[in-house]
This record gives sequence, C-alpha cells and structure tokens, in this order.
Amino acid sequence: MPDDDFRFHLSVGSRFENIELVQAVLNDTLERIGCGDDVRHWIDLAVREAVANAIKHGNRNDPDKAVEVDVAIEEGDLVVQVLDQGEGFEPVEVSDPRSPENLLNPNGRGIFYMKSFMDQIEYSFRPEGGTVVTLRKSLSGPAGSKE
Amino acid sequence: MKISQRSRDNVVILDCKGKITIGVGDVALREAVHAALDGGARNLLINLQGVSTVDSSGVGELVSSYTTVTNRGGKLKLVNLPAKVADILQITQLITVFEVFDDEDEAVESF
Repeated sequence: MPDDDFRFHLSVGSRFENIELVQAVLNDTLERIGCGDDVRHWIDLAVREAVANAIKHGNRNDPDKAVEVDVAIEEGDLVVQVLDQGEGFEPVEVSDPRSPENLLNPNGRGIFYMKSFMDQIEYSFRPEGGTVVTLRKSLSGPAGSKE
Repeated sequence: MKISQRSRDNVVILDCKGKITIGVGDVALREAVHAALDGGARNLLINLQGVSTVDSSGVGELVSSYTTVTNRGGKLKLVNLPAKVADILQITQLITVFEVFDDEDEAVESF
C-alpha cells in the first residue's frame, strides 16, 4: 500500500458519462497501488453510486455544476469524498431493498450498494451548500490487495 | 453498452455487452426490452455474458424490465451471468426474483 500522503483530486461536470472518467482514473490508481481485481470492482461500484447521486440528486444534472472527487489513503484506508454543488439533499434509502416488499422496487439501492461494498459511509452538508459523501474502505489485509 | 437481438424458437434473446449503468446502459436495456415487446415478443431471455458492471440503476432496470414483461403476460429470464453480476443478484436478493440459467439451450427450453 502507498504512503499516507497519497491523494488526488478530480473535478467533473455533471454528466453521467463522466462517471466513466472517475472510474478510469480511480481504477488505474488502485491497480498501481496493488489492489486486486475484486476489490477494485466493488470500490468502483460504490464510488459510481456516490458520483451518480451527486450528479442526479445534488446537481440535478446541471452540466455547469461540478462534482468534486477527492481520493486519499489515510492510515491504510482508502478514503473517497464526493462533493456536489447542490442545495443539499437527503439521501433516499428504502428501509431494506432486500425485504420482499421492496424487491420489485426499481429504486433505492444506491446507498445499499455503498454500504455493502465499503466499510463506512457518511453524509455531511456544508453550510454554503453542497453535500459531501465520504466512503472509507480498509486496504490492508488480504481483502485489499492482490492475493 | 451494446445489445443485439436474436430469436430462438419462441424466445427473443437480448445479448448484452458492456456496462448496465446509469444514463447509458440502463436506457439501452429499457429501449431493447420495449422494442422486443412492441415487436410482439412475450418470452425474453437476457444474455448477460458480456456484461462487466451492473450499478444500482442497472439492477433497477432489470427489475423494471421483469415487471413490464410480466405485466404484459410474458416471461423474462436471465442466462450466462458473469460471477460479479451473479454476486450482485445474490447481495440484492434479486436472485429470488429472476429465473437464472447457466446454459442457453436449457433456458430457451424452459419457456
């Protein structure tokens, strides 16, 4: 794993196709620091959800509003922060998308994805506007590295 | 995301390749399913062999497709799930909703 001072920043316009840009940079970075295929795949899915929420619910698909993505390694954990320029939104979460009454609901699995594939997820709201979601996952141990 | 359509017996098969993700792949899947239904199809088999990623919108679109086809009196089933896509269906418990096959012949015969 890399030193704790490892970090980078991306700023993309609010277009869904830009999720692929974030994914490409993140995936390449995680591969270079030694993360295995499986770990990269699940992190990718979680970060996709955070960026998609920022674009859709935060910035309401306004391409002139940016989504800021900060990636860092802190004490062996991958920490990804996704910030939008919206007015702040309450993340929508159905009670449990796996319960029988929710299974056929096409919506409400985004936060479930993030919770399932990361160790920790936290929302905060800046006083000047904008929602920050912070995703954290340990990269130490066998789950975080190539075999 | 590329989707091509072919038929076997009384089943329309949608071969999917790429990512079923928000804004692109999910829309492509929705359009392909509706086009098949509008073309008279009732039995749909979605071949996920070439699919690398399914985000929550993609999963939602699979659910919507299932509901749409079922509400029109048809059947929608899945075949050739890559391991990570199968994991997603397991984690979301949607494995209990979809009829899933490893073999296309078997899937086609099941309709």
